[in-house]
Amino acid sequence: MASTPNAATPSEFTVTPRSLLRRWSGADEIAHLITLIAAATLLLITALLVYQLWVHSAEARAKFGWSFFVTKTWDPVAGDFGALPFIYGTLVTSAVALLIAVPLGVGAAIFLAELATPKLSSSLTFVSDLLAAVPSVIYGLLGVFLLVPLMRTTIQPALKKTLGFLPLFQGPSYGIGFLTAGIVLAIMIVPFVLSVSREVLLAVPRDQREAALALGATKWESTWKVVVPAARIGIFGSVFLALARALGETMAVTMVIGNNPKIAASLFTPGYSIAAVLANEFSEATGNLYLSALIELGLVLFLLTFVLNGLARLLILITTARGSGVLPT
Amino acid sequence: MNVRLAWRKSLNVFMLSLTGLCALLTVSALFFILGYLVWNGGKDLSWSFFTHLPAPVGEEGGGMANAIVGSLKLLLLAALFGVPIGLLGGVYLAEFGGRTVPFLVRYTADLMNGVPSIVMGIFAYALVVMPMHHFSTLAGGIALGIMVIPTVLRNTESFLRDVPPSLREGSFALGANKWRMVATVVLPAASRGILTGVLLALARVAGETAPLLFTAFGNRYWSPGWMQPTSSLPVVIYTYATGPYEDWHRQAWAAGLVLLGLVLITNILVRAFLTRGTAYERT
Repeated sequence: MASTPNAATPSEFTVTPRSLLRRWSGADEIAHLITLIAAATLLLITALLVYQLWVHSAEARAKFGWSFFVTKTWDPVAGDFGALPFIYGTLVTSAVALLIAVPLGVGAAIFLAELATPKLSSSLTFVSDLLAAVPSVIYGLLGVFLLVPLMRTTIQPALKKTLGFLPLFQGPSYGIGFLTAGIVLAIMIVPFVLSVSREVLLAVPRDQREAALALGATKWESTWKVVVPAARIGIFGSVFLALARALGETMAVTMVIGNNPKIAASLFTPGYSIAAVLANEFSEATGNLYLSALIELGLVLFLLTFVLNGLARLLILITTARGSGVLPT
Repeated sequence: MNVRLAWRKSLNVFMLSLTGLCALLTVSALFFILGYLVWNGGKDLSWSFFTHLPAPVGEEGGGMANAIVGSLKLLLLAALFGVPIGLLGGVYLAEFGGRTVPFLVRYTADLMNGVPSIVMGIFAYALVVMPMHHFSTLAGGIALGIMVIPTVLRNTESFLRDVPPSLREGSFALGANKWRMVATVVLPAASRGILTGVLLALARVAGETAPLLFTAFGNRYWSPGWMQPTSSLPVVIYTYATGPYEDWHRQAWAAGLVLLGLVLITNILVRAFLTRGTAYERT
């Protein structure tokens, strides 16, 4: 290396080991610059993502404006596009998923944080992490061949018999539909609720629990009236995180929701979600307007999850950073 | 008073067992999924599944060799594209960063981590497929690569931060400059954790279907080079599971078992490797 002529150095500059060393100290700046560029690439990619979604949805935005979000028709042949059925489907399936997943996940998190021995707790958390790693198409596979027939023959008729007076549980049982998609989503997001909730529960200082127990509270009372309220902001954070997952989840929902752009009160109706319509129609979209309407749906999905995630991170940060044990006011 | 105490005590027992039930339900889901896939997919796994091309539509038999190779190619591209950026970015955050830029990068990485994978598909479509006017392995690889970056970056940063300051001070005391300290002391000390993070990120995108639907698309034959559409395991599972043929459904189960097996084995091995014999205590 020392014998390599360097064009940048003046010819009278003799290359000795000592001068080489001195020159290398500039390598700190080079390393700094290279790593900075890598970090900035992420920011650049994010900016480019927003830019691409914005530019390529321009045609649909110009043509439909805000009415895009309140129009019910989705007719690619006539070139008439409204996002309402998809937004409705996304929100309904996510709501069903949260209704099931939040009690389940928070309950399990309470068990892991408060009751289980550290060893049991960490091995169960390990299993829950594995559950979060299961690819979404696998959930879809089980949904199509296991849950859908089960819903059609058993669960939906049973719900109709017991809760059929509610408009939510009426109409024919197809098996596919909002409820099925919501249940699959629930199973998928429980691990996220669980792992984050467990962490924020564990962040509540020990003396809070001990003080409650010393006052004569039962274990459950100390958990429910002291620990959970102290961690509630972080638990909300975990719920937002899970909601963001549920909104953007694509494959499993696409496979069981029914792919039918309809708005109906009954959870048994086959519906559609934003992610599902993207998965189904994007590669077949003919014409610029069709494609740009789909990309606008992508933009909506992106903004929704971006905001929700930002909010969730903030809430979790607040609870875990609060540290030494003052109850939130 | 005694009635009240009895009520409180029974409520205590009841609610606590309820939380135990929640935990049991959640955890048993994994074993149920795994068991059901082995039950349904195991019997259709054969040697030809791994070595043959798909049979013509409507005919029985055939395999998924092209999908397996396609998935590997996509993962290779994702690693080549995403890992260097994530790794160097993580080094910046942990070793060189000031205050504002690292905060911004960290927050953006966390947010990008939560962006739905289908949106990444749209991004890669607009970035690669639109200018090239056709689907390609390259586009799919880039979509997956972008998804790898935030995870690798955050993981690298956190493992670098776990390296004890005494190691840094020691190498400074020996006269190393910063980049030398990072490259020869800190990075090797954290290499196990960083490798773990990379493998977990790759295992995650290996199961992604949505970003490939309109980037790598699909292909019933071999995909030569990097500019042709390619088949991949997750997309084939989706196509076969929603297709009309009984034989396709059987193959979807088999492919599902292979995919889930690969993802779970990677996760288990990598996590076991991480927790065993770390040189220093993680806090």
